[in-house]
Amino acid sequence: MSGTSLVTARERALAVLGGEPDDATLRRYLHGIAGVDAVGLEQRAAGLGTRSIKTSSKKWALDRIISLIDLTTLEGADTPGKVRSLVAKAMNPDPADATTPRVAAVCVYGDMVPYAVDALGPVHGDPDDGLISVAAVATAFPSGRSSLEIKLADTAEAVANGADEIDMVIDRGAFLAGRYGLVFDQIAAVKEACRRPDGTSASLKVILETGELVTYDNVRRASWLSILAGGDFIKTSTGKVQPAATLPVTLLMLEVVRDWHLMTGQRIGVKPAGGIRASKDAIKYLVTVAETVGEEWLQPHLFRFGASSLLNDVLLQRQKMATGHYSGPDYVTID
Amino acid sequence: MSRLAVPKTYKLFIGGAFPRSESGRTYEVRAADGGFLANAAKASRKDARDAVVAARGAVAGWAGATAYNRGQVLYRIAELLEGRRAQFVAEIEEAEGLTRAQAGAQVDEAVDRWVWYAGWADKFAQAAGNANPVAGPYFNISVPEPTGVVAIVAPQDSSLVGFVSAVAPALVAGNAVVVVASERFPLSAISLAEVLATSDVPKGVVNVLTGSPAEIAPWLASHADVNALDLVGAGELDWVDLEIAAADTLKRVLRPEPGPDAAAPALDRIAAFTETKTVWHTKSLR
Repeated sequence: MSGTSLVTARERALAVLGGEPDDATLRRYLHGIAGVDAVGLEQRAAGLGTRSIKTSSKKWALDRIISLIDLTTLEGADTPGKVRSLVAKAMNPDPADATTPRVAAVCVYGDMVPYAVDALGPVHGDPDDGLISVAAVATAFPSGRSSLEIKLADTAEAVANGADEIDMVIDRGAFLAGRYGLVFDQIAAVKEACRRPDGTSASLKVILETGELVTYDNVRRASWLSILAGGDFIKTSTGKVQPAATLPVTLLMLEVVRDWHLMTGQRIGVKPAGGIRASKDAIKYLVTVAETVGEEWLQPHLFRFGASSLLNDVLLQRQKMATGHYSGPDYVTID
Repeated sequence: MSRLAVPKTYKLFIGGAFPRSESGRTYEVRAADGGFLANAAKASRKDARDAVVAARGAVAGWAGATAYNRGQVLYRIAELLEGRRAQFVAEIEEAEGLTRAQAGAQVDEAVDRWVWYAGWADKFAQAAGNANPVAGPYFNISVPEPTGVVAIVAPQDSSLVGFVSAVAPALVAGNAVVVVASERFPLSAISLAEVLATSDVPKGVVNVLTGSPAEIAPWLASHADVNALDLVGAGELDWVDLEIAAADTLKRVLRPEPGPDAAAPALDRIAAFTETKTVWHTKSLR
């Protein structure tokens, strides 16, 4: 997977902003974006959640959800063994059913990347080819509180170890203080650190941590800022802060992605992460994506679920559809 | 001026809450003389599924409580039941068309059975467990452990006694239950659920569904997360098919018992939903 070219990303940002991306210019631009109608947004999200997805559509949706999952383990207690078992599950989610698709990626801390790459072996690659990517969280995840040098070193190390995707966190403190130029420069610098010696680049997911941004207006501004600075994906949350991903917030971010696509023709991905545990909820996200940016977005390069326990619930639903009777947690792995 | 009648709408009891059926369906419960008594929720397969999830979540805590504590909690239910005696007597009188004395005798019997089973909670392991003689310097101890989630089709021709007689023994050993109440006499079961909700029974340990056993029981019988099936009140159903469905996931199954003596108090009913765990332990290190 190759990210967007840096030169064009910066040129595009300059053209959109009409000036250098400093605090003043970004502030003028981001605060010039219309405010969010919070009631309307929540009603729209609730309305999209009422669609009835049954039988063959549900079957399709469940398989698609699996192929869009970033199977995640981000615990202080992670070990190489835990990462290997995560990878085994990613490659073969339901050993009793060979028709189960593989997940899109495994998402781990930077120091676990070599173990994930090693465990994946020949299965490591582009999800478009039926293979599995390795995503690494970087830049002092989850708080993002460290110097830029350390964030860049963190990123470069993960990329050098073989990570295909980098999940970075923005400096929420700086963002909330209105230092948009700083946030922009940091994202751009991390994007630069995602480059590999051969000229290709790891895909960059920018985590907004919407639970800390407080208002929908801030989420919309942070989404624009991240896209302008060169993010390939915008991601809701680290999963370490409540509330994590919600349907209205994801809808809002999808709307930004839609507007950006209409404006520039460039396709940006969206990744809701944290708190999506039930298949039923995940299906609501699929509906929201299809209705907001189009079905074209329901592919691993443009939409992901950051999840761990969601996979088991989807597998239980698949088993229910295959056998006709309810399954139980004894029939999936304990993670 | 006469007061306006306030007919009650009875709901389900799942995970310590009283939800309406997910399907939105209700059915009319009629008195013995054919008069309208109340509306009851008509549970669907998804209510059964939710009840199993609630029960599964409650097993660890209930099974992990000390037997002494479980006994106290069960005894407390008998106390509360006794405290609301008048309500149960009136309900049974209307629903089954009995005299006050007959209905009262039924409530007394139900309370006595709770007390009897509650007493067994911290004695059953001594009676059913054993220290086995083995040819070596080891303790070899067998103890009964709860089976897990037990689905019960309660006796259909009894309001309270049948329900209590089926539910109480499964609880003694530490199982969580999903019970389909009598279709014709569901009201006492839900009133008992109101007693359970205000007693010390952890939420999810008892889940009560009302509606058609013929509709719900097959989903419980085939559910992979149900560990045992008590068909005591399923005599009118196609229970052989239920037994076959249960065999797919190796559930323990108790077959239907007909008549007024169904599920009479017995240690066997407690033992039916236990698994024997045997442990070896060295006798000493000299």
